Amino acid sequence: MTAATRHPGRALTRALPVSPALVLLILFLAGPIAYCAYIAFTDLQLTGQAESSFVGFENFRKAFQDEAFLNAVWLTLVFTVLSSLVGQNTLGLALAALMQRASKPVRTLVGGIVITAWVLPEVVAGFLLYAFFRREGTLNAVLDLLHLPSQNWLFTLPILAVSFANVWRGTAFSMLVYSAALNEIPKEITEAAEVDGASGWRRMWHITLPMIRRSIGTTLMLNTLQTLSVFGLIWVMTRGGPGGKSQTLPLFMYEQAFQNSLIGYGTAVALLLLLVGSVFSLVYMRLLRTEV
Amino acid sequence: MALTLTSRRKRHRLAADAGLLVVAAAFCLPLAWVVLSAVDPDANLQVKAPDGLTFDNFDAILTQDITFTPLLNSLILCGGGTLLTVVCAALAAYPLSRFRSRLNRPFLLTILFATCLPVTAIMVPVYALFVQVDLIDTMQGTIFFFAASQLPFAIWLMKNFMDGVPKELEEAAWTDGASSFQLLIRIVLPLMGPGVAVVTVFSFVMMWGNFFVPFMLLLTPDQMPAAVSINEFFGNRGAVVYGQLAAFSIVYSTPVILLYVLIARRLGGGFALGGAVKG
Repeated sequence: MTAATRHPGRALTRALPVSPALVLLILFLAGPIAYCAYIAFTDLQLTGQAESSFVGFENFRKAFQDEAFLNAVWLTLVFTVLSSLVGQNTLGLALAALMQRASKPVRTLVGGIVITAWVLPEVVAGFLLYAFFRREGTLNAVLDLLHLPSQNWLFTLPILAVSFANVWRGTAFSMLVYSAALNEIPKEITEAAEVDGASGWRRMWHITLPMIRRSIGTTLMLNTLQTLSVFGLIWVMTRGGPGGKSQTLPLFMYEQAFQNSLIGYGTAVALLLLLVGSVFSLVYMRLLRTEV
Repeated sequence: MALTLTSRRKRHRLAADAGLLVVAAAFCLPLAWVVLSAVDPDANLQVKAPDGLTFDNFDAILTQDITFTPLLNSLILCGGGTLLTVVCAALAAYPLSRFRSRLNRPFLLTILFATCLPVTAIMVPVYALFVQVDLIDTMQGTIFFFAASQLPFAIWLMKNFMDGVPKELEEAAWTDGASSFQLLIRIVLPLMGPGVAVVTVFSFVMMWGNFFVPFMLLLTPDQMPAAVSINEFFGNRGAVVYGQLAAFSIVYSTPVILLYVLIARRLGGGFALGGAVKG
């Protein structure tokens, strides 16, 4: 028998401090999610319609027949795989591994620069990379200098440009987590392998990676979840264009709900995004549980 | 062996330094643009040595309309949101950390789950909901939503810090008849000062940089925080003056960079704490 069941009154007083947080969470987070699940099944519009009616799975059926939606799904996939799975993780791990061997001043300098990119407000980061990728921007100037062909990145390969932007902005997080994880590997293990003559790559593959696999799992999850909800960065750089070539799901959702006034349809897309997020979230919690 | 272990290490260090510096240079280019353009009388979209050193760009943007009102709005929104978040999180974390209840685990798991949800996805229904309850285009509505969206992570973080404060210290005061609330205010929170600072600064930084939430929930230009008003540099004011845009970006970013530096050491790699970091 727990204390709580013996003293129901006391249990209530003890739970009281949780109530302000609970009220906020229910009204402004759980509420909208529940409301989301409801209006996704209606034809709610912003203008010209007094009442909305229940349309069942119509919005979802419409979505999966809508080429623009399928395009957004594909671009979200490309964006997530390129920037989160490949970019942020690999670069973060590479930076963390190099930092283990680098001299201290270099380590501090590089860490500072990468973290600054992470701390900057989303919109500012968007502008900086917009300037970087524009036709008359820095990237093309550098390419010219190296006698490499330049092009209008934001026009020809916008999804690549925004993916790089997300790598620029998000790598610091993986770098920090991986640095912490690498620091926890006992020195004796890597030293022993080094004395035995195992090369850097082999040590990385056979010793380091297996030892930090849980950090890799959680970092992948968190990077992916963060990348799924990127809006401001892409909005500032390309507005999802040109012609939807960088329109990921959040931007598609926004366009449907507000530019086309189809709140019901936009919300159905949001609900799908939320479901994908929930799946990643559950996987993440499982990974954590094995760690605890 | 021709190469001894130490000389091999030295060579590795040089290679690692070189590799890192190349990456750093690439990361640096966009940052260099904003710094150089801000003091360049003739800035364009490229990183280049300024044509001369000037503070005209800062002079031009440091006006009521362009800078001070949006920054004040940001301060009200993020200050209000952070205050609400920290107070609610501290109150909620106390029973979760101190008393055992069979509800703790499910609650904490729900919180952890919520930390990871893509908040961007619920902005459309939040907008629709806010229109119905007349909270759209209000500062308080935006503050409430900011607080709610940051709360799961704040509670999670706060509870972890609180678990680190030994219980024995409270027990003496407890026997002297202090209430739980007094214990929290007088003993626990002061002992976890750095933890509270981390939660506060982190919440503030997340809200300060957030674009989508105020972009959706606020309509009146006078209420826009800097995150949204920065868009004004494009279009509305005619040709984009890149020097001024850069100067404004610096003014707007400085507070969060300073705050981050303040708590950086505490955060370190500590995100292994297992919460989501969004934004």
